[in-house]
Amino acid sequence: MSVLVDEDTRVVVQGITGGEGKFHARQMMKYGTNVVAGAVPGKGGQDVDGIPVYDTVAQAVEEENADTSVIFVPPAFAGDAIFEALDTDLDLAVAITEGVPTQDMSRVKKRLSETDTRLIGPNCPGLITPGEAKLGILPGNIFSEGDVGLVSRSGTLTYQVVDNLTNRGIGQTTAIGIGGDPIIGTSFIDALELFENDPDTKAIAMCGEIGGEDEEEAAAYIDEHVDTPVAGFIAGRTAPPGKRMGHAGAIVSGSGTGTAESKINALNDAGVPVGDTPEEVADHIESFL
Amino acid sequence: MKLHEYQAKGVFADAGIPTPESTLASDVDGVLEAAEEIGYPVAIKAQVQVGGRGKAGGIKLADDEEEAREAADAILGMDLKGYHVEQVLVEQAVDFTDELYVGVTMDRGEGKPVAMVSTKGGVDIEAVAEETPEAIASEHVDPAFGMHPYQARKAVYDAGVDPELARDVASVLTTLYQLWDDKDGADAEINPLMVTADDEIIAADAVMNVDEDALFRQPELAEMEAEAASGDELERKADEYDFDYVRLEGNTGIIGNGAGLVMTTLDLVDYYGGEPANFLDVGGGAKASRIANALDMVFSDDNVDSVVFNIFGGITRGDEVAKGINEALEQFDEIPKPVVVRLAGTNWEEGMEILNEELVTVEETLEEAVQRAVAYAEEVNQ
Repeated sequence: MSVLVDEDTRVVVQGITGGEGKFHARQMMKYGTNVVAGAVPGKGGQDVDGIPVYDTVAQAVEEENADTSVIFVPPAFAGDAIFEALDTDLDLAVAITEGVPTQDMSRVKKRLSETDTRLIGPNCPGLITPGEAKLGILPGNIFSEGDVGLVSRSGTLTYQVVDNLTNRGIGQTTAIGIGGDPIIGTSFIDALELFENDPDTKAIAMCGEIGGEDEEEAAAYIDEHVDTPVAGFIAGRTAPPGKRMGHAGAIVSGSGTGTAESKINALNDAGVPVGDTPEEVADHIESFL
Repeated sequence: MKLHEYQAKGVFADAGIPTPESTLASDVDGVLEAAEEIGYPVAIKAQVQVGGRGKAGGIKLADDEEEAREAADAILGMDLKGYHVEQVLVEQAVDFTDELYVGVTMDRGEGKPVAMVSTKGGVDIEAVAEETPEAIASEHVDPAFGMHPYQARKAVYDAGVDPELARDVASVLTTLYQLWDDKDGADAEINPLMVTADDEIIAADAVMNVDEDALFRQPELAEMEAEAASGDELERKADEYDFDYVRLEGNTGIIGNGAGLVMTTLDLVDYYGGEPANFLDVGGGAKASRIANALDMVFSDDNVDSVVFNIFGGITRGDEVAKGINEALEQFDEIPKPVVVRLAGTNWEEGMEILNEELVTVEETLEEAVQRAVAYAEEVNQ
């Protein structure tokens, strides 16, 4: 079982003729993902390894019944590409692009509230249901099939925690990288809700980081609505205030909000143990199973 | 990217927000000339990117030429919280009766812009927000429509601004929002917005943070970036190499890929009793030359006693990383500081085959790599 993606998901890759788009479309297909089309303005009629390319997402939906988009479009055009995906009523759009201007995402978020499409990202590695399909850039070989749902703001931290799990024989239902930007489509709460409602997810690993208040809000949500056991990790305990630590969203404000401490305390108060190391997260997960 | 005060004031003035007459100067003669032109009294203000300039002696008032000379001598060339003051803004000193605050920022929780007004201007507004949030009136703005004039008026009335001034303050707020929107602002603030004896309002300070991800469509602001660059030499070098880099106080250098994993590596250095010297994210898909630049960066920090390299490849390939580490280290007769490498993920096996293990220490897990680097740093200090 899985959330959001499975072997029947029909994927259109926006930006499939670009370097990243082409490489990762191939990687996705190699993993088994059902890539049915590409969409690149001006490249309609071409193909990539036999996958037809259309000028618009609407054509890809009409001709190939695509229901999900994975977006590999440069930052200057990514906001527009997400709008295009939202306006074709896809079930899911996954924006991999890093560096989308925040004001563009603010407008996207507004539009998102008026559609039924779910957006993941931007600035994210995507998501994967091991053994079925992966959408995005995650390295498929470190994942394994199993009972654990994973949600994370960071791509490489996802890989690290998954590695700790897989190494001791603990597989995953679905792993979702929600992205490290200040404004994103799918939040921790959204992902937690999906995992809570998935009968096959027996435990959840949640990897957060400094900046914003999403983890605190997620902790309150877990307290109220989540019965599946959750283990947490928060990156950035040593980050100084006022410095942006790589991710646009990872900054501790001068007034002290968004600190690792407040997030860890909130999670602990909600009954969520937080590992000091990724290995400890795996310890907690193991104890739940 | 944070603009200097004089740059932000220029941008605000161009948009039609009233600002005091001012001139930038970089030597004493320039200060005196500017003060003569503007007319005494003047304020002389250090142009560096730190908060609390006034308290640190970076802002002085001058009533005449002698005081202006003394102030210029004191401020130009001073070390202000680690930043060397090379320029000052010479500005008409405004005689005020009241101080307000207006600002626009992105509320990331709501995903919407928020415009704010307070009659408690002239002080640390973050402290006001924390202690008396009711003293700040705020209005969320629909990013698709922009700010309606009624919203600016509502914020101004809610804040309890003197009715005589309400119209003018609302107009400044509307202009500030439009400017923030047009210029891809992250934050735009006027604190204080001064009220003069004849009920005029004027922006005595100006803060503008620009979204760095949007600089591609803000060519004028991108040009200012070079000037607004950090005062720290290593951080400037990191800008050149285009790394996400933050310098810290410790002695264990840290290089990795992906913000979350690099932060985690920092936290583990701390957890195992060491002190992180820096945060350096090489980003996704780094090629060999970039890896070599990262090592060059961290080696050139005198505080660093050991380096831990933590790569979990997704889009980044282990063989490229290994090649870069070899290239960077093979040019030394003796490696300047011990380097510990941990490679996992995409092409890690190919990477391990290439990696010159005579030059580095290899550890299999993140925990082992961090502990070894911390131990090396400790040895240096014994």
